[in-house]
Amino acid sequence: MMNRIISSKLVDSMCVISSRRLSFAQSAVNTVQKQKELIKSRELEKDELRPLYMDFQATTPMDPRVLDAMLPYQVNYYGNPHSRTHAYGWESETAMEKARKQVADLIGADPREIVFTSGATESNNMSIKGVARFYKAKKNHIITTQTEHKCVLDSCRILEAEGFEVTYLPVKNNGLIDLKQLQERISPHTSLVSIMTVNNEIGVKQPIEEIGHLCRSKNVFFHTDAAQAVGKIPINVNDWKVDLMSISGHKIYGPKGVGALYVRRRPRVRIEPLQNGGGQERGLRSGTVPTPLVVGFGAACEIAQQELEYDHKRVTVLANRLVQKIMSEIPDVVMNGDPEQRYPGCINLSFAYVEGESLLMALKDVALSSGSACTSASLEPSYVLRAIGADEDLAHSSIRFGIGRFTTEEEVDYTVEKCIQQVKRLREMSPLWEMVQEGIDLKSIKWTQH
Amino acid sequence: MAASSREHVLSLYRLLLKESKKFPSYNYRTYALRRVRDAFRENRTVEDPKDVEELLRRARDSLALIQRQKVMEKHDTQFTSAILLQRCR
Repeated sequence: MMNRIISSKLVDSMCVISSRRLSFAQSAVNTVQKQKELIKSRELEKDELRPLYMDFQATTPMDPRVLDAMLPYQVNYYGNPHSRTHAYGWESETAMEKARKQVADLIGADPREIVFTSGATESNNMSIKGVARFYKAKKNHIITTQTEHKCVLDSCRILEAEGFEVTYLPVKNNGLIDLKQLQERISPHTSLVSIMTVNNEIGVKQPIEEIGHLCRSKNVFFHTDAAQAVGKIPINVNDWKVDLMSISGHKIYGPKGVGALYVRRRPRVRIEPLQNGGGQERGLRSGTVPTPLVVGFGAACEIAQQELEYDHKRVTVLANRLVQKIMSEIPDVVMNGDPEQRYPGCINLSFAYVEGESLLMALKDVALSSGSACTSASLEPSYVLRAIGADEDLAHSSIRFGIGRFTTEEEVDYTVEKCIQQVKRLREMSPLWEMVQEGIDLKSIKWTQH
Repeated sequence: MAASSREHVLSLYRLLLKESKKFPSYNYRTYALRRVRDAFRENRTVEDPKDVEELLRRARDSLALIQRQKVMEKHDTQFTSAILLQRCR
């Protein structure tokens, strides 16, 4: 009995010793394994932990319902919608016409007034150059604003080189145009006024209904780039008296590479086509219509119409939450653009005494942008911010937060927290902030030249 | 009608939530769960049987859609892991 107890105790102690030895060996192995795991997890992290997406003005993820609508047309029903002689063509054409109706319903138009294009850039080019060139015999003046999208400004620049006269209307400090100025500038030689509905950088909503009525009364065509507005605010081209409207697919949770141009039929707007060919799309835009893309685009428009109120309510709540939290925690934050006349999902904030690029890099696990995607490659501050009269240093330190259908409260809270933390940290490091804290007025400093 | 009975609606709701939880993508998953819950809550007091039928039909279509989507995303993650394996080699 004693033997058994002793032997069992011995065995136990041996087990303990061996287990200690084992545990030592095991712990060594464990550290090596942990190191391997650390290395492995770093690799996985690169592929798995994606940043939060808060850049809905640049592009939007496709809604799963849109993808579902597109799939059959990518795989099975692949016919050319302009083939008149067989079932592949017929079914493809039916789908295309259904999509056309869905797009038209969203903006209150007739399906025959919708022309499918490759995106809002093409639609803008088509409408501006097309109208200007068609009516150039009698009218050679075009009016636009300084805050338009680059494609509009660039088209106008090309027209200037062709001999047209272009007026770039300035905007007030809140981003809205002055209706009186517009009224003064419209002359009997004006063929087109082009003003975007919702600005993609500062989210400001222009008074489109008033502008439309003004243009109709003066017999001038009115084009609006509604890429950021369609599906987000209620639009009716007849109430607004709009003659041409550009729509983009990938801004309303649809596929990239497709868009539409609304061209009014009564009173008829004539356009000189940019793309010539087989006469598709009423001769205004020849080329095979990409059925899967337009089917997806149509589905996105239908979903947007159904979800408009729900999304708008949610986006407003989230946007207010973001702005309130940031503004209450850190001082010297300026919101660019009118606080009332705006689409709530596009928030452009300028953080004084903090450099925009460094803040973006500090917030590397949130996908944000400063200025629009098409101008972010250059180091100059955005021309839109310059047009609304923002100071150079405030223009450099602006960040655009985009909130959309898929944004969650947690994402907004995380972004706000990270933003506040990083702004405080960057300001600690900033000598300008130190000087401001001491009460020095930065504008009164004479910086010496080296 | 038996098709629009309370149990049927509830079971459809539970099925939709169960399927929505399986989306691998965070944004789609949270959106689906939130939208299903809000839609059912919003239409709680609808009385007209035709409207109820229409709403239930939409719910059933959404369920089929979500089930199809999950198959797609499963394939998608399989592709990414395949690419990872190739890179490791």
